[in-house]
Amino acid sequence: MSANSFAKENEPSDESGKDLKTEIKEYIQHHLKDSHDFSLFSYTNDAHEHVYVGFPLPVILWDDGLKVFSSSKFHHGEEVAEVDGNYYKLYHGKIYKTNAEGHIDYDEEHHPSNAKPIDFSITKSVVMIFITCLLMFFLFSGLAKSYAKNGGIPTGVGRFFEPIVLYIRDDIARPNIGEKKYKRYMPYLLSIFFFIWFLNIFGLTPLGVNVTGNIAITFALALLTFLFTNLTGTKDYWMHIFDPLGDTLPWYGKLFLYPILVPIELLGVFIKPFSLLIRLYANMQAGHIVLMSLIGLMFLFKSWLGSPLSFGLAFAISLIEVLVALLQAYIFTMLSALYFGFAAVEHDHAEAH
Amino acid sequence: MEKLIEEFSFGLFFWQTLLFGFLLFLLWKFAWKPILSAVNEREDGIKDALAAAEEAKKEMQNVTADSEKLLKEARAEREAMLKEAREIKDKLIADSKEQAKVEGDKMMKQAQAAIESEKKAAVADIKSQVASLSVEIAEKVIKEQLSNKDKQLKLVDDLLGDIKLN
Repeated sequence: MSANSFAKENEPSDESGKDLKTEIKEYIQHHLKDSHDFSLFSYTNDAHEHVYVGFPLPVILWDDGLKVFSSSKFHHGEEVAEVDGNYYKLYHGKIYKTNAEGHIDYDEEHHPSNAKPIDFSITKSVVMIFITCLLMFFLFSGLAKSYAKNGGIPTGVGRFFEPIVLYIRDDIARPNIGEKKYKRYMPYLLSIFFFIWFLNIFGLTPLGVNVTGNIAITFALALLTFLFTNLTGTKDYWMHIFDPLGDTLPWYGKLFLYPILVPIELLGVFIKPFSLLIRLYANMQAGHIVLMSLIGLMFLFKSWLGSPLSFGLAFAISLIEVLVALLQAYIFTMLSALYFGFAAVEHDHAEAH
Repeated sequence: MEKLIEEFSFGLFFWQTLLFGFLLFLLWKFAWKPILSAVNEREDGIKDALAAAEEAKKEMQNVTADSEKLLKEARAEREAMLKEAREIKDKLIADSKEQAKVEGDKMMKQAQAAIESEKKAAVADIKSQVASLSVEIAEKVIKEQLSNKDKQLKLVDDLLGDIKLN
């Protein structure tokens, strides 16, 4: 990310007359979003042309049939891509269907009103997810194999992760879900922890992509937690939602209380995973914004005092972000385990609430 | 909220769900299951080994205690035997002493008795010899003295004189 910034911020204020401040702001906005090509960095050459270093990614659109083409056709949003007689334009990270000139209509709120084809493109984030999946698969299947080969003692890089696997089992799954049922949630908890952690860390590397700070990703993860929670819910779990007071209140009391209580409990079912998705998204997003703003400040100050100061700050925040990367993965896993624990309850708690 | 919805990319959601679902399945099958079972196995192994070690330690302690007990018993037995032997020895010595003394006394008594009887016999013998000798002497003397009258008278006088002296 810093490599990106260096390149971009080194540009002289370009022809559109935007000052450096707006440019940095836009750059941060751009970085936080997913993109259709994997650009490492870009610069402007002497002839005032943007030169992008990176590689294009496949664009897959569903627009009355599958349209697959390389994102190089967009020329980083500068040109209109023509595929099978249709014209598409990349505008603020989204693909719109336009006419041959690439004209975009705006509504009164300055949002583009052009038709949007359904976009299944292999974006930068999808590439990172794929890389993370591959990495995790090789790392952990390697660890698994080393047990069999070495008589129960792990070898290789995977060995480093064994204590974490044990930590998740002993300090997250067991106390929250309970000795009896924790085993069936373990694969999900382990996968989600390492997936979020690795992606968070990748987001902090110079080439990193803000994957976990993307609402679609956190939504997908939280949706899985939601589904696992409710699909494995026991009778006690549902009783707790629809009959929270149990035998402690006679039926005529429930008649007055339940119209309020049951909707609240039901709402809680959805709020819990929703808080998960917002927390992860907001934390990662905020971390990236803060870091990039501090890096941007270096170029704004342009002084002997201010720039080193913001560099030091950026460095300190980077360290904190490494911690946050782990912490958010931990919190997501921990809370998922907690919700699974609610779903897996199996005890007579008629008098407990 | 509106910004969030606008930012939501269905394509990314689709890929994420697909890839993560795939990853979940693969990791479950090829990583987590073997890892967790291996770790469990190892932990059970460690637990068993610890229990076995504890057991062995206890057994060791038992054995040591047993051997110590045996040693103690043996020592006590030796002590007892020694004591008994000493007692027997003392008793034997005492007995033999007693017996010797009794025997000695008995022999002494017998000897004394023998000596006594010998002495008595000797004395009696001497007495009888003395008596016969005295008789013979007296006979001879009397024979001699009574051969003449004067001498007889003198003897009577002497005898009478002796009586007076007494």
